[in-house]
Amino acid sequence: MTKAVLDVRNLAISLSDGAVRVPAVEGVDFTINRGEVFGLVGESGCGKSLCALALAGLLKAPMAVSGGQILLEGRDLAPLPPREMRRLRGDKVSMIFQEPMTALNPLMTVGDQIGEMFVLHRGLTPRAARLKAIEALEQVQVSSPERRINAYPHQLSGGMRQRVMIAIALACDPALLIADEPTTALDVTIQAEIVELVLELCRAKGTAVMMISHDLGLVARVCNRVAVMYAGQIVEQRSAEEIFTAPAHPYTRGLINALPRLGRRLERGQERLTEIGGVVPAIRDFPQGCRFAPRCTRATAECRAAPVAMTDLNEGGRVRCLHHV
Amino acid sequence: MKAGANLYVGGGIILLIFLLAVFAPLIAPYDPVTSANLMYAEEPPGAQFWLGTDEQGRDIFSRIAYGARISLFIGLAVQVMNTAIGVSLGLSAGYIGGWWDEIVQGLTNLMLSIPTIVFALALMAILGPGLPSLLIALGMTDWAYSCRISRAQVLTQKSLNYVQSARTMGFGPLHVMFRELLPNISGPLIVVATMGVGSAIMAEASLSFLGLGVVPPNPSWGGMLSSAREQLMVAPWVAVFPGLALFAAVLGFNLLGDGLRDLLDPHGKGRK
Repeated sequence: MTKAVLDVRNLAISLSDGAVRVPAVEGVDFTINRGEVFGLVGESGCGKSLCALALAGLLKAPMAVSGGQILLEGRDLAPLPPREMRRLRGDKVSMIFQEPMTALNPLMTVGDQIGEMFVLHRGLTPRAARLKAIEALEQVQVSSPERRINAYPHQLSGGMRQRVMIAIALACDPALLIADEPTTALDVTIQAEIVELVLELCRAKGTAVMMISHDLGLVARVCNRVAVMYAGQIVEQRSAEEIFTAPAHPYTRGLINALPRLGRRLERGQERLTEIGGVVPAIRDFPQGCRFAPRCTRATAECRAAPVAMTDLNEGGRVRCLHHV
Repeated sequence: MKAGANLYVGGGIILLIFLLAVFAPLIAPYDPVTSANLMYAEEPPGAQFWLGTDEQGRDIFSRIAYGARISLFIGLAVQVMNTAIGVSLGLSAGYIGGWWDEIVQGLTNLMLSIPTIVFALALMAILGPGLPSLLIALGMTDWAYSCRISRAQVLTQKSLNYVQSARTMGFGPLHVMFRELLPNISGPLIVVATMGVGSAIMAEASLSFLGLGVVPPNPSWGGMLSSAREQLMVAPWVAVFPGLALFAAVLGFNLLGDGLRDLLDPHGKGRK
C-alpha cells in the first residue's frame, strides 16, 4: 500500500442540474505506483479528463465528485480544505495540458512562470527562484536557458512551449504527473521527443505518470498498465502488452481492430478499416445494463438487464464484461 | 485618418493641458483669485488680458490655467477610483461567478439605470459641496462600464488553458485574478479608463456649474461657466474660453482613448 502514489476507489463524478443528478463517471478504480506510467484511454467525452480534474480537485460546478475516494500517498483528498488542496497542486500533483499554445500566460516571461512555482511552493526569493528556473529549463533540454528565460511564450515554438510546461509541472518534483493528451497538438516528430523527455525526467525523479490519451499507439509504447474507459466507466484494466495483444473487452477489441496499420492494406487487399458500429450513448440515457451493449455484437439479454461488475481475469487484470474473450 | 494620428493629437492636447496645470504659477500672469479688480471687469481679450477678464476683473487665462489643475486632478483621481472599483467587482464576478456574479450584475444594472450625474447630485446634496465630497460622489458612481468590460473579458479568458494551468499548479484565486487575468485584460480597460477621464472632467464641470462642486472663488472650468452665463450677451469671452478648455480636455482624452484602442487591439483597424 505504501507503494501506491495514487489510489482511486470507486470514484463517481456527477453532473447536477437542479435536482437532477446525472452520473458522468462511475465506479472508477485504479492505483498508480511509484515510478509507474499508467495509461487512461478512451474516446472523447468518456470521462478521462473529468477523472484528471477530479484528481487535482479542480472540478467545476455543475460537475462534482459524488462518491468514492481518492488517496494520494495514502491521504484522502476529499476532506481537505481548499487551501490544503491548493498546496498539494503543483507540489505533489502536477498536470500538463494538450495545448501548449495557450497553457502559458502570454504576458509573463517563461522564467517568471517557472520561477513562480518555487516562490509559491518552496518559499524561495525571486532571485533564487530564477536560478532554479534556469536549472529547470536546462533539465528539459532547452538550449541556452539563461537567455531563453527572458523569452515570452509567443517567441517560442510549440515544442519549446511544451518543454516549458513540463519544466513548470515538474519544478517541485511532484509524486504524480497527470499528462492530459500532452502531444495531441504537436508535430509527430516532436511528439516522440516530448514523450521521451517526460518519461525520462519522471523516471529520474521517481514521479508516477498518468497518461491520458486517445492515442493507442502512444499508450502501447510507453505505459506499464492501461485502463480503457467507455461511457464513464473503466471497462478493462490490464498490462499494456496484454491489452494490445489479447484484448478481453469487446470495446477494447473494437478499438484495436479500428487502428489503421501500415502495410496491412497491401497484404490484405482492398479492405475497409474496421469500425465500431453505432455511437456512444448520451450521458442522460446511458443504458441500464452494460453501457456498451447497444453496440456490442456479443450482447445478450443478460447484458442489458443489469449493470455489469468488474471481474478478475485469469491472466491478470480486470474486465467489465459477461462474455469477455 | 492615418493610424496613430488620434493617439498623437489626443496625447498632444492632454500634454499641453497637463503642462498648463503643472506650471500654472509660472505661466499665469495674474493670481486667479486675489487679482479681482472691478476697474478691469469684463475687459475683452487683448494684450493685457490675453483671454479677457470676468465680471470681477480676474484674468480668464490665469483662471483657466489654475482650473486645469482641478479638472485634471479630479478627472484622474475619480477615474482611478472608478476603475479600481469596477475592475475589482468585474474581475471577481467573472472569475468567481455564482451568487457573487448575480449580486455584482444587479448592482451594475442599478448603476446603469440611474444617470451618473443624478446619482452624483444626490450624493453631493447629502455630503455638501467641496473637493472631498466631489471625489466621493464622482469616484463611486461611474464604475459600471469598467465592471462590465472586465467581467466580459474575464469570461472569455478564464477558460483559456493558462488560467486553468495556474490553478492546477496551486495558485490561489487572488493570484489568478490579479497576476494572470488582470494583465491579460488590461488593454480594453485602459481604453475605457482613458475615455472615462473625459467624462469625469465633464461631470465635475457639471456639478460645479450647478454650484455643487468646487467652491468659489477657487477657479474651476464648470464654476467659471456658471458665473459667466449672466454676461453671455455682453461678455461672451467669459463663457467661451472655459468652455473651449473643457471641450479640448474631453476631446483630448477621447482621441487618446481611440488611439490607444487602435494601438492595443490587434484586431482593430489600426493594425491593418
